[in-house]
Amino acid sequence: MRWREICSIAVAIVVSVFASEAQAQSLYGIGHPATAAEIAGWNIDIGRDGSNLPKGSGSVGHGREVFAQQCASCHGDQGEGGLGDRLVGGQGTIGTPKPIRTVGSYWPYAPTLFDYIRRAMPQNAPQSLSDEDVYAVSAYILNLNGLVAADAALDAKSLAAVNMPNRDRFVDDARPDVKK
Amino acid sequence: MSSTFDADDKSAGTTRRLFLRGSAAVAGGTVMGAGASAVAETDNLPPNVPEWMKAPGEPMGSQPYGAPSPFEKGVVKNISKTLKQYISASGRTPLQELDGIITPNGLFYERHHGGVPTIDPAQHRLMLHGLVERPLIFTMDDLRRFPSESRVHFLECSGNPGYSKPYGKTASDLVGLVSCAEWTGVSLKLVLQEAGLKPEAKWVVAEGADAAALTRSIPIEKCLEDAMLVYSQNGERLRPQQGYPLRLFLPGFEGNMSVKWLRRLHVTAEPVYSREETSKYTDLLPDGTAREFSFFMEAKSIITRPSGGQRLNAPGFHEITGIAWSGHGKIARVEISVDDGKSWQDARLQEPVLTRALTRFRLPWRWDGKPAVIQSRAIDETGYVQPTLSELLAVRGENYFYHNNAIWPWRIAADGEVTNALA
Repeated sequence: MRWREICSIAVAIVVSVFASEAQAQSLYGIGHPATAAEIAGWNIDIGRDGSNLPKGSGSVGHGREVFAQQCASCHGDQGEGGLGDRLVGGQGTIGTPKPIRTVGSYWPYAPTLFDYIRRAMPQNAPQSLSDEDVYAVSAYILNLNGLVAADAALDAKSLAAVNMPNRDRFVDDARPDVKK
Repeated sequence: MSSTFDADDKSAGTTRRLFLRGSAAVAGGTVMGAGASAVAETDNLPPNVPEWMKAPGEPMGSQPYGAPSPFEKGVVKNISKTLKQYISASGRTPLQELDGIITPNGLFYERHHGGVPTIDPAQHRLMLHGLVERPLIFTMDDLRRFPSESRVHFLECSGNPGYSKPYGKTASDLVGLVSCAEWTGVSLKLVLQEAGLKPEAKWVVAEGADAAALTRSIPIEKCLEDAMLVYSQNGERLRPQQGYPLRLFLPGFEGNMSVKWLRRLHVTAEPVYSREETSKYTDLLPDGTAREFSFFMEAKSIITRPSGGQRLNAPGFHEITGIAWSGHGKIARVEISVDDGKSWQDARLQEPVLTRALTRFRLPWRWDGKPAVIQSRAIDETGYVQPTLSELLAVRGENYFYHNNAIWPWRIAADGEVTNALA
């Protein structure tokens, strides 16, 4: 009797362990595990707080050279725009009838600049710039907008610390905003 | 559309020169209404036997995939010839040329931010990582092993159109960045469950495998509600322009969030605040604040026939027809006014009326030959009523740019010419 009780308890434990293990497993068993190295190679997302920014740094001076070679043909020598977006100026225009939306006047977070340049620019050869070049171009564009000094060099920490003037001007979606 | 004849078109197989009666038929391209068809002096009309009955046609296999009739060669995507650049650009569906609610794949609107990549599906992978128990990588074969489903939904670009002049001339110019298809794939919820969501998972950052590596953050609620990973559209594999071999699909949300060429899903606690959800796709208000994460496309409709660029060739019977849709669910009613907004009457809705899908509406109408302004307004199942442009401008201003769901009235002149009444 006692032996049978022990057996049934043991069976119950085995079943419950198996069940909870099954819950922790995938239902279909489709796909294969992604390794840390595979994820690190593909995950290029930079948070607004600068999380996941890589090591390294780049100076405004180096950024000026990279910009002239890689960016100016579309964005203009001083970031004034052309085939590509205007990148510079417009501060103080956002609440006016003719807003000029640029990195300096509109973008809320500086780390987004690194994220976007690295993933998508230059348009003819995205993901071709080194991390140092991306830091440098980011620094140069921020300098053109008066947001970092001409002798600045930016790294993960200092890029995340740049105070973007329009940061607090984003609000939740309030639609439906026309009610009948 | 009704027939448009090119008098010297050899490719159409005409050996005889066709003479068109009435120059309006040629000028308008699309001709409508009683007595409006381009009647040609030809030996192919009664009582004669048409020439295409007197010899065999093209043999089986002459078109292994198939293409529209050469007489329909004018029905193509509406692509501006004056774009600043064509790598990040859009092309519109010719809405006024289409019937029903399904957009043919070749005419589905396009918007891409770094060109259209050519992706070998055997070398394509979807990575799912972040706040999950088991980070996973899927091949296309893997994804096709999951239980599949098909649903009909519209897709609409968030800027369709803007708020400032010049406004477009045709239905396609105005709102041609909307299309509708049957999508087949796997529920995103199933795939997320396969990896196991951690409790702090609140957003999923989706990334495309294009040259823009386009990135948008999707709230987890949407991912678990009705989001799909799509590999087929209208029965065939996605076209490259629509994300081949894999795209995200978010019913009712602004189009660019349905990330094409999907390669990565990053489960996170907060949005990534990518360029495409801060610098772009935010709605600037007159006071200088900007709405962010404005996902839904609100209820909208447009009359596609008669519409801008077309012509009513004679008074008498004309069917008014168009499309309505809402990102918040089903279309409940569509009202039509034929007297410049003084009175409204219900249009008939064509079944099926599907959630977050185009709905076709129709109203029989007798035109008395006098100038008229016709317009439609949609009411969705939440009770929301499609607003006028002036109502929207009063709240949002001209710099809002996205999510314009205004009523677009058409003016019909005494000679039958149809133009944008707000232009």
